[in-house]
Order: sequence, then structure tokens, then C-alpha cells
Amino acid sequence: MNKPALTVSSSPHLHAKADTASIMWSVSLALAPASLWGIYVFGLRSLLVLGVSILSAMLVEYLLGNLGKESTLWDGSAFLTGLLVGMNMSPSVPLFIPFLASAFAIFVAKWTFGGLGANWANPALAGRVFVFFSFTTPMSTYVRPRTLAAAMPDALASATPLGFAKTAIAGGTLGMDSNALLSSAGYPATGLAQSISQATGFSAYTIDSFLGNVAGCIGEVSALALLIGGLYLLARKIITWHIPATYLLSVAVLTWVFGGLPSGRGAFTGSFFPSMFSGGLMLGALFMATDYVTSPISHKGQIVYGVGCGFFTFLFRYFGSMPEAVSVSILLMNVLTPTIDRYIVPRKFGDTRELRKKQKEAKV
Amino acid sequence: MQKVPTFSKGGVHPDDKKVFSRSQSIERLPMPGELLVALSQHLGAPAKALKAKGDTVIRGEKIGEAAGFISADVHSPVSGTIKEIRKVTLANSVVCDAYVIIPDEVQPELSGNAEDWRSLSSSDLLARIKDLGIVGMGGATFPAHVKFSIPKDKKVEAFVVNGVECEPYLTADYRIMLEKGEEALEGAMIGAKVIGAERIIVGVELNKPDAIEHLRNLIAQKGYPIEVMGLKMKYPQGDEKQLLKATINREIPSGKLPLDVGAVVANIGTCNAIYEAVVLGKSLYERVISVTGECIANPKNVLAPVGTKVSDLLAFCGGFKSEPEKLVSGGPMMGFSFFDVETPITKGSSGLLALEPQKKVRQTACLNCGRCVAACPIGLMPAKLYRYITHGEYEMAMQTSLMDCKECGCCSFVCPAHLPLVHTMKTGKKLGRKKK
Repeated sequence: MNKPALTVSSSPHLHAKADTASIMWSVSLALAPASLWGIYVFGLRSLLVLGVSILSAMLVEYLLGNLGKESTLWDGSAFLTGLLVGMNMSPSVPLFIPFLASAFAIFVAKWTFGGLGANWANPALAGRVFVFFSFTTPMSTYVRPRTLAAAMPDALASATPLGFAKTAIAGGTLGMDSNALLSSAGYPATGLAQSISQATGFSAYTIDSFLGNVAGCIGEVSALALLIGGLYLLARKIITWHIPATYLLSVAVLTWVFGGLPSGRGAFTGSFFPSMFSGGLMLGALFMATDYVTSPISHKGQIVYGVGCGFFTFLFRYFGSMPEAVSVSILLMNVLTPTIDRYIVPRKFGDTRELRKKQKEAKV
Repeated sequence: MQKVPTFSKGGVHPDDKKVFSRSQSIERLPMPGELLVALSQHLGAPAKALKAKGDTVIRGEKIGEAAGFISADVHSPVSGTIKEIRKVTLANSVVCDAYVIIPDEVQPELSGNAEDWRSLSSSDLLARIKDLGIVGMGGATFPAHVKFSIPKDKKVEAFVVNGVECEPYLTADYRIMLEKGEEALEGAMIGAKVIGAERIIVGVELNKPDAIEHLRNLIAQKGYPIEVMGLKMKYPQGDEKQLLKATINREIPSGKLPLDVGAVVANIGTCNAIYEAVVLGKSLYERVISVTGECIANPKNVLAPVGTKVSDLLAFCGGFKSEPEKLVSGGPMMGFSFFDVETPITKGSSGLLALEPQKKVRQTACLNCGRCVAACPIGLMPAKLYRYITHGEYEMAMQTSLMDCKECGCCSFVCPAHLPLVHTMKTGKKLGRKKK
């Protein structure tokens, strides 16, 4: 018998199908519905912003990768970071801003700490926060969504519903929830949302922010499109429910209990559903907080992390003076991730409370 | 609907790939021209050689004597002449002495006079199990007489027979259940008597429904007090820790044995060997091995003498259909890959796999995705251990329960970065022990 050339290696000799690149490209695919919706409602300029973000992220990754020895573009992580940066941009932003954000994300947030897997902060969020606090005005000037263009008063065109409500409450308009505030200011709703509203009893604004008919960043407006992508990732087992579910639920519950306080309406008056669909929460909970590298490794740790994100998001939204609740909360929890991983570890097989007690007694 | 039992923590679901050999009846291998009978076929100290070059041996005769508490006797699988004693490298990289035996043309038949074991005391039964060289046949090859010697202060509530065969590809235990079910169940009854177990459970995964049904019918016919439990498919259910969790819902703490939770686990193949030893007086010198994998021309379940060279098994199964990337002894999750087709099989060889080339995937840095943590059936954090070991922090790794890792392969299997996690754990254990 002829002797074949045999490989000798450690077990196991089988492997599940998933690999780093397939995961990264799947997440990018999951972001496609939200990106496409953004391009549709905010026009082709959004596509340009997304393109600049992605290309600059990949360019910086390519240059830095070649400083070492090989290009790491194939793993898809730079494309994903660029896409997420772009989705976090206002559609009207000058093009040097997404370039700077992507460059900061890849160079400072990712590569200075050692590249893929070694960064402590989510690169895309770090990039966004960097340009937001550097260029706050262009970053928080929004455009009208196509679906509301005709009906929208100019005064409201450049504010997100969340930002608008916050400004109004800070300005002393008390006693109204966000829907009532929007309504009194003449914020329009689409015809579709109005008819769904009549059929279901939900506010038309809630429905519009669920569908994505509001002003905002390119990729964050449609909770529906993001949920489609999120469900795809859950079905593919690329993410688990632990972070998104605990994050969204803790924001919703905290908002319901305490969200009415700043506007003087008392406890248990906050708006449960709108809180989940507004701002960058859906994008953050499904795609940013779930970033593997910067979130805890165990399911127990992920639950703590999700609740922490939710708590800070609620706090910054209702009691903070700046926007950016979601980004800053996730970054804050990124910092706490190593600590969570250190102290919250899975229960070891066979380890019981009685056993640990016995061991403690034995030591004494 | 009642919930199908399985273990709760971690585990993975590889494709079972048993299709190649599952419908092949057990076939006896024609006598090879030469056998390489190793003296280290069990966990523990190698046996001491009792024969020398030029001696003749008889089939079933003791040729190696247990040397130490954890060790087992070795018996000649054939009648023949010892050509020489030389060093061999086994598939698991153990290097030990082995007899090179040239079999005679004519082999004696087994006397095969069945004896009523029920009249024997449990210490007599245990002596037989020891004298006839029975070891655990699932792969770990732990000497059976050591496992079945129950200290006076311990009580065995459950004897759990392992018919799980959770490793993909392997079908040897499955065929034993179908073709030698009666013998194996009687072996389980003998085992239960030896250890004084109150309850006997056979755990079988649900991908073998015909085996479950067959065993249940046999039990009903014989009126044995044995329960067959169908378990939900999940790897590594065949590990005794996971099997006890699935069947009797008890967890063995770190560093403890099944006996500490009142149970003893034995493989279904071991039960068959116990039957043959006690009832037929046959020592453990042959076993059923699945020769399978994508690259084998005619996959089979072969009854082969211990010491058969892999090349003889391959020839019996038609050789390679296509060029394999790896030859593996045992299952694909925990088995050992080896490079020499002259390697002999041992008492613990449950499978011989010729695996096709795998898709080449580039390794990346750890993403901290947590799949290894979710998959670990012991509740370890493989990614963390990997970091400690690759950074040379063996002490930290040992303190973080590295020694509890049983190298089941779940973490490496799921790792999207394709990190050699199990490989690193093995290395870390060796270096960590050395440092101490």
C-alpha cells in the first residue's frame, strides 16, 4: 500500500463551520436592511457617507496591516467597523468627518491596542464619539426623512424626536410625554403610521420611529430594519439574546418607572415602547453592545453588561445634559468588561453552594 | 411531553457521520501475518513482560503482568511464536515495549463452556475480571478491576452503562448493542453484582433508536432490572461526568470520581468483555473497532485481535478511496492522529478514521466571542486559559482550573478564530506540572 502524506495534529479533528471572516461578513449583511433604508429615506448622499466611512476604514487597516506583514482586510472586521461608523453619521455631515471617524476607529481605537481582538473600546463607537465631541454641530444636524419631507416644519427638520423632547423639557415644558410634546410642536406622522395607530392604539410617532420615518443618523432610524438584521444574527447564533434583550428591557423598564420624572409627571408614566425604538438604542443594543471583543465572555457577565448599558443609557437620556446616551453608555461598559470577566465567571461543573461552604470551613 | 434527558452545561452538536459504517455487521478480521502486542494497553504502568524472544504462546495466555496498582494484565491474542520484543510508538504517542508475534496457521477454538456466574461471589468475579485483563473499552482504558473495587465505606447506588457513543463516525458500541446485546446486558448484571449496585441504567443517545428498542426487548425477555434511557444527542455525553448528569442528575465535583456521587460508569463494550471473561473464560485480546471515514473504500466494524497493525485493517476494508489528510485512532473529537500505518491497535482502540482534507481556514486573534465558554461542559473559560498559557503564566492557568479540562474538544470545535485551544491546554498541563 502506498503511504499517504498524513497530518498529525492535536484533537479535535472536526470543526464547526463558523470562522472570524464569515462572522464579520454576516454582521455586515445583517446591517444591510437598515443601511438600505437609510439610503432610501435620506437620499443618495447617505450612500456617499457610508462609502467614505467604509473605504477610509479599509484604507487605514490596509496601511497598518502592511506595516506588519500581511493585510488583514480579508477578515471583514475593517469593513464592518467602517459600515458602523457610516451608519452613525448624520446624512448631511461633511465628508471629512466620516473619514476622520473611521481613521480614529481603526488607528487609535483598534490598532494602537494591538488590532483585532485586543481593543478595549468598540472602534466604531470610539470613532463616532471622537467626531461627535469634536464637531458637535454638523454631527447633530439632521435632515428630514423623505417620507415626511413635505409635512415637516423647518424648525423641526434638524432635530431627532428624542433630542427635541429633551430640549423642550430642559426648556421648562413640563407635564407632557414625548408624544404629546411632538404633537404640540406639529411634528408630522406618515399616513401609514396614522392608520396603524388607529388600528392598534399605539401613538403614530411610536410607529414612525419603529418604521424609520424620523430624523436621525443614517443607520439608526428604522428599528424594524435593525430588528430584521438582529433576528438574522440570532438565528445564525452569531449573537445571543443575553445582551440585546437585557439592554432593551432595562431601558424600557427604567424609562417606564422613572422616565416621567424630569417632565414632572411622576413615576410609572414613562413611555415603554418609544424608549426602545428611539435614538440609537436599537442599533446600539443589537450591533454595538454585542461586539464580541468589548463585551463580556460569559452569558452571566453579558447579562450584567446589558443591564449596565441600559441603566447608563436611561440615566444619560433623562438626567444627562448631552445627547449620545447610547454611545457613551456602551463605551463605559466596555471599560468595565475586563472587570466583569474577572469576577463573573461561569459556575464550574459539580460546584455547589454546600461544597464551597465545606471548603471554606475546611480552610478555617 | 416528558423532557428527553441530557446534560445541561455546554456541549456541542457535530454532525454524527455514523452513516458510513452504521449498517455494517461486525466482521472478523482474517488472521494477520504478524501482530504487535503492546505492553502498555491501559491507563497506568505498562505490564511486565513474561515471555522472551523465541517463546511460543497460546491464544488467551497471559504474557504481560500488571505492574502496580493501576495496571492490567496483557494476554496473547493468538497462538504463535514471539519473533522479538521491540519498542513501538502507539497512536497516542506512548512509546513502550511490544511483542512481535507470528501467529500459527491453525488457531485453537475457544473452549466456550458457559459457567453460571450467579454462584460465584463478587470477589471471585472481580478476580476474574482482573486476571483476564479487562480495561475500559471506551478509550480511556482504565483497568476495570480497579474501578470495580469498591472501598468498604462507599456505596454504589447506580451502575451506569455507557452506550452513548457520542463521538461522530464511531459505530462499534452501536453494533455491539445490536449484535451482542444479550451478552453485554448479562455483563452489566455481572458488573452490578460485583459493585453491589442497586440500580442499573444503560444510557443511549436517540440517534440509535433501534439499539434502544433492541435492548429494551431483551431486558423484557430476560426480566433484568435494567433501565434503558434514551438521551438527547449532545457531545460529550459519553464522558462519565456528563453521562451521570444526564442519567441520574448528579454532578461530580472537581477532582472527584463517580464513586463519590454513588455511581460507577462502564462502557457497553466493557460489559461485553466482562461477560466473555466471566462466562466464557476469554481474556481481553480482541475488540470491535470501526474502520470508517470519508476516505475508506469499504467502511466496516471489524472484530480484530489486539496488536493488529493499522495497515492490515485498511487492507481488509479495501484501502483508501481517496487520499486522507489524517489517520485518527479513536473518535474525531478526542482521538489521536498518527502517521505510521504500521501502528498497532490496543484494547482501547474504538475507531480507525481516515479523514478527508478539511477546508483550510486562517487563524485570527481571539475575538472574545464567548463560544468556548458557552461550549465548555465543565464551566471553564478556555479563552482565558489560552491567554495565560500562551503568555507563560502556567501558575495562573493551574489556579484557574486548567487541570479540570478533560480535553473534550468542544472549545476548539466552536472557536471561530480557529485557535488550537485543546492543544494549548495539553501543553499547559505538561508545562504547569513541570514547573511545580
